[in-house]
Amino acid sequence: MIYRFEEIAIGWVHNFVKNITGKRLLLVLPSLWVLLFFIFPCFILLKISLAEGIVASPPYSDLIDWVSDWILQIRLNLGNYLMLFTNEMYLRGFVTSLIIAAASTLCCLVVGFPMALAIARSSEKVRNILLMLIVLPFWTSFLIRVYAWIMLLSPSGLINNILMKYQLIEVPLPLINNSYAACLGIIYAYLPFMIFPLYNAVEKIDYSIIEAAYDLGSTPPKTFFSIVVPLTTPGIYAGSILVFVPAIGEFVIPELLGGAQTLTIGRLVWNEFFWNLSWPTAAALSILLLTAIVFPVMMSQRRKEIRFLMKDNQNAS
Amino acid sequence: MRVRWSNVVLFFGYLFLYLPLFLVVIYSFNESRFVSTWSGFSMKWYKALISNPIILRATLTSLKVASISATISTILGTIAAIVITRFRRFRGKTVFVGAITAPLVMPEVVMGLSLLMLFIGMEKFFEWPTGRGSTRVVIAHITLTLSYVTMLIQARLQDFDRSLEEAALDLGASPIKVFFVITLPIIFPAIVNGWLLAFALSLDDVVIASFVAGPGATTLPMVVFSSLRFGISPEINALAAILMTVLSVGVIVSAVFSYKKKSTADDYS
Repeated sequence: MIYRFEEIAIGWVHNFVKNITGKRLLLVLPSLWVLLFFIFPCFILLKISLAEGIVASPPYSDLIDWVSDWILQIRLNLGNYLMLFTNEMYLRGFVTSLIIAAASTLCCLVVGFPMALAIARSSEKVRNILLMLIVLPFWTSFLIRVYAWIMLLSPSGLINNILMKYQLIEVPLPLINNSYAACLGIIYAYLPFMIFPLYNAVEKIDYSIIEAAYDLGSTPPKTFFSIVVPLTTPGIYAGSILVFVPAIGEFVIPELLGGAQTLTIGRLVWNEFFWNLSWPTAAALSILLLTAIVFPVMMSQRRKEIRFLMKDNQNAS
Repeated sequence: MRVRWSNVVLFFGYLFLYLPLFLVVIYSFNESRFVSTWSGFSMKWYKALISNPIILRATLTSLKVASISATISTILGTIAAIVITRFRRFRGKTVFVGAITAPLVMPEVVMGLSLLMLFIGMEKFFEWPTGRGSTRVVIAHITLTLSYVTMLIQARLQDFDRSLEEAALDLGASPIKVFFVITLPIIFPAIVNGWLLAFALSLDDVVIASFVAGPGATTLPMVVFSSLRFGISPEINALAAILMTVLSVGVIVSAVFSYKKKSTADDYS
């Protein structure tokens, strides 16, 4: 019996190795990587989110336990999730994150749309330089871009110094350490993500349609809203997602510019893990962030727009 | 004189993007520690930076991690891009594309946390990768950058004319030879760009590295981040100026390079 089983197993392995040649090997390498280092860790996170926090190393309990020879006990602790919904701090964290991400996305759209239009209307030579200048800050360090705003906004920073020097104010204005500063930082950091898909969409518009609208007596605002906006909807959608999704889980910007009261989900995960050493809570927060916000947003458009952006990034640089 | 609205928009838009960075560079030359006073031109913050052993060690770690992870990520990404564009439909192709691109939308804190949990579990069973050394950061950064690289190379593979490859196959070249003689030279600019993007992303990451890096593998962004918590420091200005110079020169060189390569590649395809 055992002999037969081994024979089958060896045969199976043999077939497997024979089949994994050439093309299959190509498929297997990246698949294995993503499976092991991306998908599997998500399940570990799910597992830990259902464990109990204990004082040990690692600080969570095992879900599966052999009580005696024949009894397998599975203990699922739903308390972590229940706490997220009952404790006001976590709920407020989700609301703060959503508001900051939505407000930043809207501001990026308002700032990015005129810029995309202006870039699309410039001559071809200038346009390539302008597009490269949009990408360039993206390549300079993210932390440095946040630091630039600390230097400008902090109580001993440039803006407050200039205002005090000319005696416009007596005490430094509280420009930093509030949610507006966090919004500003996110807009500054993610504006290129908005401009690229918008530019892509605007560029494709046939200018004669707009001229026809003007000839027929349409006003600029009306032309914009009834012709330009409908024709660029895919770009608006793509840009909004590219700003909104990273903004919702953002940690660095709210941490450095948002001050103590701007507790976003990203910061809550960080604090639970590093300061409270509550791994199950951090894991439950992560799972909730993924299932409640990131998955629904992504499922609504299937990443097509990101490819759209990457394609253009390459043309520009 | 009538000013065109688009020029006004461009002026303020680019002012918003570049003025803060420009000011950071200017104040790296300030003699005083405070931005309130300009007490003269000085290179002393650059000297302080160069003689700071913590920053030097972290820079070396970061460069090492970034070059190793960018290289592996580019190889894996090229393979994945070929699978996506050149394989006939196979079962699970949609799942494959979805899984490859999913890390693009993963919040950094979640990715860092989940990878650390995996590494802790792996260390328990296989005693690898340990918390010492930078293996964990390298693996994490490959996972982070793989999807970007794949998307970039895949876009180039989709663009170019496949009849070149088909002609070579018809004339009896093996698929491997076709790849190295025809495909690789044409997509080479995209591969270089992919490597540079992966390198920059790895050099820039602070959140994931903070989660997974052990005591011996502090990267440059981690050092910068911890000093930013204490507010303004002219040494960071000097570091920013150096980083910006190096990176912009790199981007401009790679843009010129890929522009030239692309125009010759377009002549063929």
